[in-house]
Amino acid sequence: MSTATTQAMPVAPIGRMLWMETRAKFVARLRNLAFTVLSLGLPVMFFLLFNAIFGSLQAAPGVSTAKLILVSYATYGVGNVMVYNFGIGLANDRGRKLDLLQRATPLPPFVATLAYVIGALIFALLSLILLGVVATVIGGVRLDVGTWLDLTWRLMLGSFPAIGLGMAIGYGSSPNAAPALANMVYLPMLFLSGIFVPLKQLPSTIQHIGSVLPTYHYAQLAWKTIGLNDESTLVALAWLAGWSIVLFALTIRLYRLDQDKKFS
Amino acid sequence: MRGVSFVVNQGELVAMLGPNGAGKTTCISVLLGLRKPTAGQARLFGLQPTDRRARSRCGVMLQESGVPDTLTVGELVELFGSYYPHRMPPERAIGLAGLESQSKQQAGKLSGGQRQRLYFALAVAGDPEVIFFDEPTVGMDVESRRLFLQSIRDFSKQGKTILFTTHYLEEADQLAERIIVIDRGVLVADASPQEIKSRVVAKQVSFVTPAPLTQADFAGLPVSNLTIEDHRVRLFSNAPEALLRELFRRGVDVSDLQVVGADLEEAFISLTHQAEKQMAP
Repeated sequence: MSTATTQAMPVAPIGRMLWMETRAKFVARLRNLAFTVLSLGLPVMFFLLFNAIFGSLQAAPGVSTAKLILVSYATYGVGNVMVYNFGIGLANDRGRKLDLLQRATPLPPFVATLAYVIGALIFALLSLILLGVVATVIGGVRLDVGTWLDLTWRLMLGSFPAIGLGMAIGYGSSPNAAPALANMVYLPMLFLSGIFVPLKQLPSTIQHIGSVLPTYHYAQLAWKTIGLNDESTLVALAWLAGWSIVLFALTIRLYRLDQDKKFS
Repeated sequence: MRGVSFVVNQGELVAMLGPNGAGKTTCISVLLGLRKPTAGQARLFGLQPTDRRARSRCGVMLQESGVPDTLTVGELVELFGSYYPHRMPPERAIGLAGLESQSKQQAGKLSGGQRQRLYFALAVAGDPEVIFFDEPTVGMDVESRRLFLQSIRDFSKQGKTILFTTHYLEEADQLAERIIVIDRGVLVADASPQEIKSRVVAKQVSFVTPAPLTQADFAGLPVSNLTIEDHRVRLFSNAPEALLRELFRRGVDVSDLQVVGADLEEAFISLTHQAEKQMAP
């Protein structure tokens, strides 16, 4: 085409693109009933159920089991949003070839990915607020504001391995396989990490397996807020950082494979 | 694809014509930087097709693509507009696509034709100078197709550069000032619709002769794609009357004569054959 026009070729501001893209991704997720029920409704439902059965017990001297259940399901809930948002969301985008269409527009891929992450973090925050309100109003479980804030940053920062896991599933599987794969990988990890069942009640071999999983360290990071952790915050964060590197490396590998298949 | 080379200039309305599987989508993908060519190069405004500055001036409608089902037409047009530096008001893009009454509807609830028109709205949302359409009218009913072709024409009149692919000769003929014909990854022709048509309207001729003929019997005659199986002769010709007159004059006895208009698929074969002959010394 004409070369005289190559000077002064404007592009759209990144800030506006990022805002529009984040909003669109968030609204699209929120209106997806299956996703909303799965990621907002399930943690609340599980919390109410287990709180009704075991809530009156003592988890440790001075700490009610109700608080342990609340923090555990908050952890489950935030991880849930990440694994399903990226696992099923990315697989669907690839399935319907939204990625192909966006790739042909001036939207830089990193803006699309960043928008995805920000949208998921907001959704995770929403799940935390909903659980907090239900726990306080219906469950009668109270954590003070300081504990909530402490729990919030821990769950957000510690969710990166879950984002990595979700992205790996999203780039590595088809839209049909993604939900099944996400459940088959994520749910056993929760069981083996002491989030659904106290780890000490499980056989010692399983405890050993469980203690290397990212979900175990994620739970440790969260339980610190109510003093029920077995490892320090720093150790838990180091484990989670290591898992993030492994899972994002896997994601990048699967992403490249997908791109090669599609674009060469 | 082999040896496909062409330049599209500002303001041109170009059709890329070819049967299914000819390599049209591959060609568009290379132009858009969605596929890397193993050899050769593509440039947009003199830049790499992947350059954001170049992409900011191009609108795209792909053959296979989707959008989130839960976003509305209005939201999607606004979103895609935000990717571009000089977007047009979303209402205008929606109006151009004829989707005014669907603007609050979610994409998942649109009909097939409306969906195609939504993709058109997304392609023009950024008010681009160049628009690529890959098989835009596939899946459209007659009325949608007519409206759509009219939108392309209107866009072209505003000085926009348009490249669209199609496997309908009729569509390319109605719309384009220039047709690039591609078949089996090879550029077969690059000319005005009139010229392409004159080459394409070859008639298919078939007949039986009492004694088997050889290729040499047709030396100097206006034929292409000549096949001889025993007594049966099949060929394409732009001037079947003159051809038969000459054969009769040479004393060739002909029975079971059939002369039929070639359909597009056959026309491509004849065009490809011509191209091969031109390339051979």
